[in-house]
Amino acid sequence: MYKDLISIKDLSTQDIDLIISTAISFKEVLQRDIKKVPTLRGKTAINLFFEPSTRTKTSFELAQKRLSTDVINFTVPTSSVVKGESLFDTIKTIEAYGVDFIIIRHQSSGVPYLVSRFANASIINAGDGINEHPTQALLDTFTIIERKGAVAGLNIAIVGDIFHSRVARSNIYCLTKLGANVRLIAPNTLLPKGIENENVHIYTNLDKGIKDADVIMTLRIQKERQSGGFLSTTEEYFRFWGLTRKKMASAKPDVIVMHPGPMNRGVEIASEVCDSLHSVIYDQVVNGLAVRMAVLYLLSSAKLNYTGSL
Amino acid sequence: MLCFNVVMKKELLNENDIGRIISRMAHEIVERNRGCKGLNVVGIQQGGVALASRIAQKMSAIENIEVPSASLDISFYRDDLDIRKTQPVVRKTNVPFDINGKTIILVDDVIYTGRTVRAAMGALMDFGRPAQIQLAVLIDRGHRELPISADYIGKNIPTSKAEIIKVLFKERDQVDQVYIQRVE
Repeated sequence: MYKDLISIKDLSTQDIDLIISTAISFKEVLQRDIKKVPTLRGKTAINLFFEPSTRTKTSFELAQKRLSTDVINFTVPTSSVVKGESLFDTIKTIEAYGVDFIIIRHQSSGVPYLVSRFANASIINAGDGINEHPTQALLDTFTIIERKGAVAGLNIAIVGDIFHSRVARSNIYCLTKLGANVRLIAPNTLLPKGIENENVHIYTNLDKGIKDADVIMTLRIQKERQSGGFLSTTEEYFRFWGLTRKKMASAKPDVIVMHPGPMNRGVEIASEVCDSLHSVIYDQVVNGLAVRMAVLYLLSSAKLNYTGSL
Repeated sequence: MLCFNVVMKKELLNENDIGRIISRMAHEIVERNRGCKGLNVVGIQQGGVALASRIAQKMSAIENIEVPSASLDISFYRDDLDIRKTQPVVRKTNVPFDINGKTIILVDDVIYTGRTVRAAMGALMDFGRPAQIQLAVLIDRGHRELPISADYIGKNIPTSKAEIIKVLFKERDQVDQVYIQRVE
Protein backbone atom coordinates (compact mmCIF):
# COMPACT_ATOMS: atom_id res chain seq x y z
CA MET A 1 0.00 0.00 0.00
CA TYR A 2 0.96 3.61 -0.32
CA LYS A 3 0.94 6.52 2.07
CA ASP A 4 -2.41 7.93 0.92
CA LEU A 5 -5.75 6.91 -0.52
CA ILE A 6 -6.68 9.64 -2.98
CA SER A 7 -8.11 7.86 -5.99
CA ILE A 8 -9.26 4.39 -6.99
CA LYS A 9 -7.11 4.91 -10.09
CA ASP A 10 -3.99 4.55 -7.90
CA LEU A 11 -5.01 1.06 -6.75
CA SER A 12 -4.17 -2.21 -8.49
CA THR A 13 -6.65 -5.08 -8.43
CA GLN A 14 -4.34 -6.72 -5.86
CA ASP A 15 -4.59 -3.63 -3.65
CA ILE A 16 -8.38 -3.77 -3.90
CA ASP A 17 -8.39 -7.49 -3.04
CA LEU A 18 -6.14 -6.83 -0.04
CA ILE A 19 -8.40 -4.04 1.24
CA ILE A 20 -11.51 -6.21 0.88
CA SER A 21 -9.96 -9.29 2.51
CA THR A 22 -8.76 -7.12 5.40
CA ALA A 23 -12.24 -5.59 5.66
CA ILE A 24 -13.72 -9.09 6.00
CA SER A 25 -11.53 -9.61 9.08
CA PHE A 26 -12.58 -6.26 10.54
CA LYS A 27 -16.22 -7.13 9.95
CA GLU A 28 -15.68 -10.16 12.22
CA VAL A 29 -14.30 -7.78 14.88
CA LEU A 30 -17.47 -5.67 14.58
CA GLN A 31 -19.59 -8.71 15.42
CA ARG A 32 -17.80 -9.33 18.74
CA ASP A 33 -19.05 -8.15 22.12
CA ILE A 34 -15.94 -5.98 22.44
CA LYS A 35 -15.77 -4.24 19.06
CA LYS A 36 -12.54 -2.40 19.69
CA VAL A 37 -9.02 -3.61 18.91
CA PRO A 38 -5.77 -1.96 20.08
CA THR A 39 -4.27 -1.97 16.56
CA LEU A 40 -3.67 1.76 16.09
CA ARG A 41 -3.20 2.74 19.71
CA GLY A 42 -1.21 5.94 20.03
CA LYS A 43 -2.06 7.11 16.50
CA THR A 44 -4.02 10.29 15.88
CA ALA A 45 -6.48 11.01 13.11
CA ILE A 46 -8.12 14.25 12.18
CA ASN A 47 -11.34 14.44 10.20
CA LEU A 48 -11.19 17.60 8.19
CA PHE A 49 -14.58 18.21 6.59
CA PHE A 50 -14.99 21.33 4.50
CA GLU A 51 -18.43 20.12 3.42
CA PRO A 52 -21.32 18.96 5.55
CA SER A 53 -21.34 15.21 6.08
CA THR A 54 -22.99 13.07 8.67
CA ARG A 55 -22.61 9.48 7.61
CA THR A 56 -19.13 9.48 6.10
CA LYS A 57 -17.77 11.44 9.04
CA THR A 58 -19.55 9.19 11.54
CA SER A 59 -18.26 6.11 9.74
CA PHE A 60 -14.66 7.33 9.72
CA GLU A 61 -14.86 8.44 13.33
CA LEU A 62 -16.27 5.12 14.50
CA ALA A 63 -13.69 3.22 12.41
CA GLN A 64 -10.92 5.23 14.06
CA LYS A 65 -12.35 4.64 17.53
CA ARG A 66 -12.73 0.90 16.92
CA LEU A 67 -9.00 0.85 16.07
CA SER A 68 -8.11 2.78 19.26
CA THR A 69 -6.97 5.84 17.28
CA ASP A 70 -7.40 9.24 18.92
CA VAL A 71 -9.76 11.39 16.86
CA ILE A 72 -10.17 15.10 16.38
CA ASN A 73 -12.99 16.48 14.27
CA PHE A 74 -12.33 19.73 12.53
CA THR A 75 -15.48 21.22 11.09
CA VAL A 76 -15.13 24.26 8.99
CA PRO A 77 -17.85 26.60 10.30
CA THR A 78 -16.15 26.58 13.72
CA SER A 79 -12.58 26.64 12.49
CA SER A 80 -9.86 29.06 11.61
CA VAL A 81 -10.63 28.55 7.91
CA VAL A 82 -13.53 31.00 8.22
CA LYS A 83 -11.03 33.45 9.68
CA GLY A 84 -9.09 33.34 6.41
CA GLU A 85 -6.37 30.77 7.03
CA SER A 86 -5.04 29.12 3.85
CA LEU A 87 -5.39 25.38 3.25
CA PHE A 88 -1.61 24.98 3.42
CA ASP A 89 -1.40 26.70 6.81
CA THR A 90 -4.36 24.73 8.15
CA ILE A 91 -2.74 21.42 7.22
CA LYS A 92 0.70 22.42 8.49
CA THR A 93 -0.81 23.55 11.80
CA ILE A 94 -2.67 20.27 12.16
CA GLU A 95 0.45 18.29 11.34
CA ALA A 96 2.36 20.11 14.05
CA TYR A 97 0.17 18.22 16.54
CA GLY A 98 1.74 14.98 15.31
CA VAL A 99 -1.24 13.68 13.36
CA ASP A 100 -0.91 10.34 11.53
CA PHE A 101 -4.03 10.45 9.36
CA ILE A 102 -5.87 13.36 7.78
CA ILE A 103 -9.27 12.49 6.35
CA ILE A 104 -10.39 15.23 3.98
CA ARG A 105 -13.66 16.10 2.36
CA HIS A 106 -13.68 19.21 0.22
CA GLN A 107 -16.05 20.81 -2.24
CA SER A 108 -13.22 21.25 -4.77
CA SER A 109 -11.93 18.32 -6.80
CA GLY A 110 -8.23 17.66 -6.28
CA VAL A 111 -7.79 19.10 -2.79
CA PRO A 112 -6.86 15.75 -1.12
CA TYR A 113 -4.27 15.18 -3.85
CA LEU A 114 -2.84 18.66 -3.36
CA VAL A 115 -2.62 18.13 0.40
CA SER A 116 -0.99 14.70 -0.02
CA ARG A 117 1.87 16.37 -1.90
CA PHE A 118 3.01 18.46 1.04
CA ALA A 119 1.70 16.57 4.09
CA ASN A 120 3.62 13.88 5.94
CA ALA A 121 0.49 12.31 7.38
CA SER A 122 -1.52 9.72 5.44
CA ILE A 123 -4.25 11.50 3.51
CA ILE A 124 -7.55 9.76 2.89
CA ASN A 125 -9.97 11.28 0.41
CA ALA A 126 -13.47 11.30 1.92
CA GLY A 127 -14.95 12.95 -1.17
CA ASP A 128 -13.58 15.78 -3.29
CA GLY A 129 -15.98 17.86 -5.36
CA ILE A 130 -17.38 15.85 -8.23
CA ASN A 131 -14.17 13.83 -8.53
CA GLU A 132 -13.91 10.77 -6.29
CA HIS A 133 -15.07 9.08 -3.08
CA PRO A 134 -12.79 6.04 -2.98
CA THR A 135 -13.87 4.48 0.33
CA GLN A 136 -17.49 4.51 -0.88
CA ALA A 137 -16.51 2.55 -4.01
CA LEU A 138 -14.54 0.08 -1.90
CA LEU A 139 -17.43 -0.50 0.48
CA ASP A 140 -19.81 -0.91 -2.46
CA THR A 141 -17.43 -3.42 -4.03
CA PHE A 142 -17.15 -5.29 -0.73
CA THR A 143 -20.96 -5.43 -0.49
CA ILE A 144 -21.28 -6.74 -4.06
CA ILE A 145 -18.61 -9.40 -3.47
CA GLU A 146 -20.31 -10.44 -0.23
CA ARG A 147 -23.62 -10.97 -2.04
CA LYS A 148 -22.47 -12.14 -5.46
CA GLY A 149 -19.12 -13.80 -4.77
CA ALA A 150 -17.21 -11.73 -7.31
CA VAL A 151 -17.53 -8.61 -9.43
CA ALA A 152 -16.19 -9.86 -12.77
CA GLY A 153 -18.90 -10.46 -15.34
CA LEU A 154 -21.74 -8.88 -13.35
CA ASN A 155 -24.11 -6.40 -14.97
CA ILE A 156 -23.98 -3.37 -12.70
CA ALA A 157 -26.31 -0.47 -13.45
CA ILE A 158 -25.58 2.93 -11.95
CA VAL A 159 -28.69 5.10 -12.17
CA GLY A 160 -29.13 8.82 -11.70
CA ASP A 161 -27.07 11.93 -11.35
CA ILE A 162 -23.77 10.64 -12.70
CA PHE A 163 -22.63 14.16 -13.52
CA HIS A 164 -22.42 15.42 -9.94
CA SER A 165 -21.54 12.06 -8.40
CA ARG A 166 -18.07 11.32 -7.07
CA VAL A 167 -19.57 8.04 -5.83
CA ALA A 168 -20.35 7.09 -9.43
CA ARG A 169 -16.88 8.04 -10.66
CA SER A 170 -15.05 6.02 -8.03
CA ASN A 171 -17.38 3.08 -8.61
CA ILE A 172 -16.88 3.22 -12.38
CA TYR A 173 -13.09 3.08 -11.91
CA CYS A 174 -13.26 0.32 -9.30
CA LEU A 175 -15.88 -1.94 -10.87
CA THR A 176 -14.53 -1.75 -14.43
CA LYS A 177 -11.04 -2.50 -13.07
CA LEU A 178 -12.49 -5.67 -11.54
CA GLY A 179 -14.17 -6.71 -14.79
CA ALA A 180 -17.82 -5.76 -14.31
CA ASN A 181 -20.09 -4.68 -17.17
CA VAL A 182 -20.90 -1.21 -15.93
CA ARG A 183 -23.95 0.57 -17.33
CA LEU A 184 -24.68 4.19 -16.69
CA ILE A 185 -28.34 5.17 -16.83
CA ALA A 186 -29.23 8.85 -16.74
CA PRO A 187 -30.90 11.67 -18.62
CA ASN A 188 -28.50 13.38 -21.02
CA THR A 189 -28.23 16.44 -18.81
CA LEU A 190 -26.79 14.33 -15.98
CA LEU A 191 -24.14 12.49 -18.00
CA PRO A 192 -20.69 14.10 -17.88
CA LYS A 193 -18.84 14.82 -21.10
CA GLY A 194 -16.20 12.25 -21.97
CA ILE A 195 -17.70 9.50 -19.82
CA GLU A 196 -18.13 7.37 -22.95
CA ASN A 197 -14.34 7.03 -22.98
CA GLU A 198 -14.53 4.92 -19.84
CA ASN A 199 -15.23 1.25 -20.33
CA VAL A 200 -18.99 1.66 -19.75
CA HIS A 201 -22.31 1.31 -21.58
CA ILE A 202 -24.58 4.34 -21.59
CA TYR A 203 -28.36 4.21 -21.51
CA THR A 204 -30.83 7.05 -21.51
CA ASN A 205 -33.73 4.69 -20.85
CA LEU A 206 -34.16 3.06 -17.44
CA ASP A 207 -36.04 -0.06 -18.61
CA LYS A 208 -33.41 -0.95 -21.21
CA GLY A 209 -30.54 -0.15 -18.86
CA ILE A 210 -31.58 -2.40 -16.00
CA LYS A 211 -32.47 -5.42 -18.13
CA ASP A 212 -30.71 -8.49 -16.65
CA ALA A 213 -28.89 -6.34 -14.09
CA ASP A 214 -27.27 -8.15 -11.14
CA VAL A 215 -26.79 -4.92 -9.23
CA ILE A 216 -28.62 -1.59 -9.41
CA MET A 217 -26.88 1.31 -7.77
CA THR A 218 -29.15 4.31 -7.31
CA LEU A 219 -27.59 7.72 -6.78
CA ARG A 220 -28.89 10.57 -4.71
CA ILE A 221 -30.31 13.54 -6.56
CA GLN A 222 -28.11 16.19 -5.04
CA LYS A 223 -30.55 19.02 -4.51
CA GLU A 224 -27.74 21.27 -3.28
CA ARG A 225 -25.99 20.97 -6.64
CA GLN A 226 -29.06 21.39 -8.86
CA SER A 227 -29.01 25.11 -9.54
CA GLY A 228 -28.05 24.73 -13.21
CA GLY A 229 -31.38 23.55 -14.65
CA PHE A 230 -30.42 19.90 -14.98
CA LEU A 231 -33.90 18.71 -14.02
CA SER A 232 -37.41 20.06 -14.29
CA THR A 233 -39.01 18.74 -11.11
CA THR A 234 -38.23 15.90 -8.71
CA GLU A 235 -41.72 14.50 -9.41
CA GLU A 236 -40.95 14.25 -13.09
CA TYR A 237 -37.55 12.76 -12.30
CA PHE A 238 -39.18 10.05 -10.20
CA ARG A 239 -41.66 9.24 -12.99
CA PHE A 240 -38.88 8.57 -15.51
CA TRP A 241 -35.83 7.63 -13.44
CA GLY A 242 -37.04 6.67 -9.98
CA LEU A 243 -36.55 2.97 -9.18
CA THR A 244 -39.88 1.23 -8.50
CA ARG A 245 -40.73 -2.42 -8.08
CA LYS A 246 -42.46 -2.42 -11.46
CA LYS A 247 -39.46 -0.97 -13.30
CA MET A 248 -37.16 -3.48 -11.60
CA ALA A 249 -39.01 -6.43 -13.14
CA SER A 250 -36.64 -6.71 -16.10
CA ALA A 251 -33.56 -7.05 -13.85
CA LYS A 252 -32.40 -10.47 -12.66
CA PRO A 253 -34.67 -11.99 -9.98
CA ASP A 254 -31.86 -11.86 -7.39
CA VAL A 255 -30.84 -8.29 -8.22
CA ILE A 256 -29.47 -6.26 -5.32
CA VAL A 257 -30.25 -2.57 -4.93
CA MET A 258 -27.71 -0.18 -3.44
CA HIS A 259 -27.75 3.46 -2.43
CA PRO A 260 -24.86 5.45 -0.96
CA GLY A 261 -27.22 7.48 1.23
CA PRO A 262 -28.76 9.73 2.26
CA MET A 263 -31.81 8.59 0.28
CA ASN A 264 -34.53 10.77 -1.15
CA ARG A 265 -37.50 8.40 -1.00
CA GLY A 266 -39.86 9.08 -3.85
CA VAL A 267 -37.20 10.84 -5.92
CA GLU A 268 -34.53 8.36 -7.02
CA ILE A 269 -35.91 5.32 -5.21
CA ALA A 270 -39.37 4.18 -4.10
CA SER A 271 -39.94 3.08 -0.51
CA GLU A 272 -41.19 -0.29 -1.74
CA VAL A 273 -37.71 -0.87 -3.23
CA CYS A 274 -35.42 0.45 -0.52
CA ASP A 275 -37.37 -1.49 2.14
CA SER A 276 -37.45 -4.70 0.09
CA LEU A 277 -35.31 -7.80 0.40
CA HIS A 278 -33.37 -6.68 -2.68
CA SER A 279 -32.00 -3.73 -0.74
CA VAL A 280 -28.50 -4.04 0.76
CA ILE A 281 -28.40 -0.43 1.94
CA TYR A 282 -27.79 -1.30 5.61
CA ASP A 283 -25.09 -3.82 4.66
CA GLN A 284 -23.37 -0.92 2.91
CA VAL A 285 -23.34 1.02 6.20
CA VAL A 286 -21.66 -1.71 8.25
CA ASN A 287 -19.32 -2.63 5.39
CA GLY A 288 -18.31 1.02 5.17
CA LEU A 289 -17.09 0.85 8.74
CA ALA A 290 -15.08 -2.33 8.05
CA VAL A 291 -13.57 -0.95 4.84
CA ARG A 292 -12.49 2.28 6.51
CA MET A 293 -10.87 0.29 9.33
CA ALA A 294 -9.04 -1.77 6.70
CA VAL A 295 -7.80 1.33 4.86
CA LEU A 296 -6.56 2.98 8.07
CA TYR A 297 -4.82 -0.24 9.09
CA LEU A 298 -3.15 -0.80 5.73
CA LEU A 299 -1.97 2.80 5.43
CA SER A 300 -0.51 2.79 8.93
CA SER A 301 2.67 0.81 8.28
CA ALA A 302 5.92 2.60 8.87
CA LYS A 303 6.81 4.88 5.99
CA LEU A 304 10.48 4.16 5.95
CA ASN A 305 11.15 5.33 2.42
CA TYR A 306 8.97 8.36 2.48
CA THR A 307 10.85 11.63 2.21
CA GLY A 308 7.91 13.89 2.88
CA SER A 309 8.86 16.70 0.56
CA LEU A 310 7.22 18.10 -2.54
CA MET B 1 26.33 -6.28 -3.04
CA LEU B 2 24.73 -7.82 0.00
CA CYS B 3 24.13 -11.48 -0.64
CA PHE B 4 22.49 -14.15 1.52
CA ASN B 5 23.37 -17.73 0.74
CA VAL B 6 21.31 -20.56 2.10
CA VAL B 7 24.11 -22.90 3.09
CA MET B 8 22.07 -25.54 4.87
CA LYS B 9 18.56 -26.88 4.99
CA LYS B 10 18.13 -29.78 7.36
CA GLU B 11 15.03 -31.80 8.14
CA LEU B 12 14.36 -32.01 11.88
CA LEU B 13 11.03 -33.85 11.93
CA ASN B 14 9.20 -35.88 9.32
CA GLU B 15 5.53 -36.82 9.03
CA ASN B 16 5.78 -39.77 11.43
CA ASP B 17 7.72 -37.77 14.03
CA ILE B 18 5.12 -35.00 13.93
CA GLY B 19 2.27 -37.51 14.25
CA ARG B 20 3.85 -39.09 17.35
CA ILE B 21 4.52 -35.71 18.93
CA ILE B 22 0.94 -34.53 18.41
CA SER B 23 -0.31 -37.75 19.91
CA ARG B 24 1.92 -37.32 22.97
CA MET B 25 0.94 -33.68 23.43
CA ALA B 26 -2.76 -34.55 23.24
CA HIS B 27 -2.27 -37.20 25.93
CA GLU B 28 -0.36 -34.75 28.14
CA ILE B 29 -3.13 -32.17 27.83
CA VAL B 30 -5.82 -34.73 28.66
CA GLU B 31 -3.80 -36.08 31.59
CA ARG B 32 -3.06 -32.71 33.12
CA ASN B 33 -6.66 -31.52 32.80
CA ARG B 34 -8.15 -34.88 33.82
CA GLY B 35 -10.15 -35.23 30.63
CA CYS B 36 -11.43 -32.85 28.02
CA LYS B 37 -14.38 -31.31 29.80
CA GLY B 38 -14.42 -27.52 29.44
CA LEU B 39 -11.34 -27.57 27.20
CA ASN B 40 -11.29 -25.57 23.97
CA VAL B 41 -8.36 -25.46 21.58
CA VAL B 42 -7.43 -22.20 19.85
CA GLY B 43 -4.82 -22.11 17.08
CA ILE B 44 -2.90 -18.94 16.26
CA GLN B 45 -2.92 -17.97 12.56
CA GLN B 46 -1.30 -19.16 10.45
CA GLY B 47 0.90 -22.02 11.70
CA GLY B 48 -1.12 -22.89 14.81
CA VAL B 49 -4.47 -23.54 13.16
CA ALA B 50 -3.78 -26.91 11.54
CA LEU B 51 -1.90 -28.05 14.65
CA ALA B 52 -4.80 -26.98 16.91
CA SER B 53 -7.36 -28.92 14.93
CA ARG B 54 -5.18 -32.04 14.92
CA ILE B 55 -4.57 -31.84 18.67
CA ALA B 56 -8.32 -31.31 19.25
CA GLN B 57 -9.16 -34.34 17.07
CA LYS B 58 -6.65 -36.48 18.95
CA MET B 59 -8.04 -35.34 22.31
CA SER B 60 -11.57 -36.14 21.10
CA ALA B 61 -10.44 -39.60 20.07
CA ILE B 62 -8.78 -40.26 23.44
CA GLU B 63 -11.71 -39.17 25.59
CA ASN B 64 -14.51 -39.78 23.11
CA ILE B 65 -16.04 -36.32 23.52
CA GLU B 66 -16.12 -33.40 21.13
CA VAL B 67 -13.27 -30.90 21.64
CA PRO B 68 -13.96 -27.65 19.74
CA SER B 69 -11.13 -25.83 18.00
CA ALA B 70 -10.91 -22.25 16.76
CA SER B 71 -8.62 -19.97 14.78
CA LEU B 72 -7.29 -16.66 16.02
CA ASP B 73 -5.55 -13.98 13.98
CA ILE B 74 -3.42 -11.71 16.12
CA SER B 75 -2.47 -9.01 13.59
CA PHE B 76 -4.62 -6.39 15.29
CA TYR B 77 -2.82 -7.02 18.60
CA ARG B 78 0.80 -7.04 17.47
CA ASP B 79 3.34 -4.76 19.12
CA ASP B 80 5.45 -4.22 15.99
CA LEU B 81 2.90 -2.55 13.69
CA ASP B 82 4.80 0.70 14.09
CA ILE B 83 8.12 -0.66 12.89
CA ARG B 84 6.99 -2.82 9.98
CA LYS B 85 7.26 -1.68 6.39
CA THR B 86 4.02 -3.36 5.39
CA GLN B 87 1.23 -4.57 7.59
CA PRO B 88 0.82 -8.32 8.13
CA VAL B 89 -1.84 -10.03 6.04
CA VAL B 90 -4.87 -10.47 8.26
CA ARG B 91 -6.27 -13.98 8.29
CA LYS B 92 -9.48 -15.40 9.58
CA THR B 93 -10.51 -15.32 13.21
CA ASN B 94 -13.24 -17.81 13.97
CA VAL B 95 -13.99 -18.42 17.63
CA PRO B 96 -17.39 -20.13 17.43
CA PHE B 97 -17.76 -20.79 21.16
CA ASP B 98 -18.07 -18.82 24.39
CA ILE B 99 -14.67 -18.81 26.09
CA ASN B 100 -15.91 -17.48 29.45
CA GLY B 101 -14.94 -19.87 32.24
CA LYS B 102 -13.32 -22.34 29.81
CA THR B 103 -9.79 -23.69 29.81
CA ILE B 104 -8.20 -22.56 26.57
CA ILE B 105 -5.37 -24.55 25.04
CA LEU B 106 -3.59 -21.92 22.95
CA VAL B 107 -1.61 -23.54 20.12
CA ASP B 108 1.18 -22.28 17.87
CA ASP B 109 3.69 -24.05 15.68
CA VAL B 110 6.83 -22.29 16.96
CA ILE B 111 7.52 -20.22 20.07
CA TYR B 112 10.37 -17.75 19.67
CA THR B 113 10.30 -14.27 21.22
CA GLY B 114 6.96 -14.83 22.97
CA ARG B 115 5.45 -11.70 21.43
CA THR B 116 2.93 -13.60 19.32
CA VAL B 117 1.67 -15.40 22.42
CA ARG B 118 1.36 -12.12 24.30
CA ALA B 119 -0.68 -10.69 21.43
CA ALA B 120 -2.82 -13.84 21.30
CA MET B 121 -3.61 -13.59 25.01
CA GLY B 122 -4.65 -9.97 24.49
CA ALA B 123 -6.89 -10.99 21.61
CA LEU B 124 -8.43 -13.88 23.60
CA MET B 125 -9.23 -11.63 26.55
CA ASP B 126 -11.35 -9.47 24.25
CA PHE B 127 -13.56 -12.50 23.61
CA GLY B 128 -14.19 -13.11 27.31
CA ARG B 129 -12.59 -14.28 30.53
CA PRO B 130 -11.28 -17.82 30.26
CA ALA B 131 -10.74 -19.73 33.51
CA GLN B 132 -7.24 -20.63 32.35
CA ILE B 133 -5.00 -20.40 29.31
CA GLN B 134 -2.42 -23.13 28.68
CA LEU B 135 0.11 -22.94 25.89
CA ALA B 136 1.05 -25.78 23.53
CA VAL B 137 3.76 -25.43 20.85
CA LEU B 138 5.30 -27.89 18.44
CA ILE B 139 8.77 -26.28 18.52
CA ASP B 140 10.41 -24.16 21.23
CA ARG B 141 13.41 -22.48 19.64
CA GLY B 142 14.41 -20.26 22.59
CA HIS B 143 15.32 -16.54 22.52
CA ARG B 144 12.36 -15.37 24.59
CA GLU B 145 11.97 -11.60 24.93
CA LEU B 146 9.02 -11.80 27.34
CA PRO B 147 8.43 -13.88 30.47
CA ILE B 148 6.32 -16.51 28.70
CA SER B 149 6.79 -20.27 28.65
CA ALA B 150 4.87 -23.14 27.07
CA ASP B 151 3.00 -25.78 29.11
CA TYR B 152 3.32 -28.45 26.40
CA ILE B 153 6.31 -28.60 24.09
CA GLY B 154 6.67 -30.93 21.12
CA LYS B 155 10.40 -30.51 20.75
CA ASN B 156 13.04 -28.12 22.09
CA ILE B 157 15.36 -27.01 19.33
CA PRO B 158 18.20 -24.70 20.35
CA THR B 159 18.77 -22.22 17.53
CA SER B 160 20.73 -19.13 16.73
CA LYS B 161 18.83 -16.03 15.68
CA ALA B 162 20.27 -16.34 12.18
CA GLU B 163 18.48 -19.64 11.67
CA ILE B 164 14.98 -20.10 10.36
CA ILE B 165 12.63 -22.83 11.54
CA LYS B 166 9.93 -23.83 9.05
CA VAL B 167 6.94 -25.94 10.01
CA LEU B 168 4.91 -27.36 7.13
CA PHE B 169 1.49 -28.97 7.51
CA LYS B 170 -0.37 -31.00 4.92
CA GLU B 171 -3.47 -28.84 5.30
CA ARG B 172 -1.56 -25.93 3.82
CA ASP B 173 1.75 -27.15 2.41
CA GLN B 174 0.92 -30.67 1.12
CA VAL B 175 3.54 -32.18 3.44
CA ASP B 176 4.21 -32.57 7.17
CA GLN B 177 7.76 -31.49 7.92
CA VAL B 178 9.90 -29.34 10.19
CA TYR B 179 13.21 -28.10 8.89
CA ILE B 180 15.90 -25.62 9.86
CA GLN B 181 17.70 -23.25 7.51
CA ARG B 182 20.94 -21.60 8.35
CA VAL B 183 21.51 -18.33 6.54
CA GLU B 184 24.96 -16.79 6.44
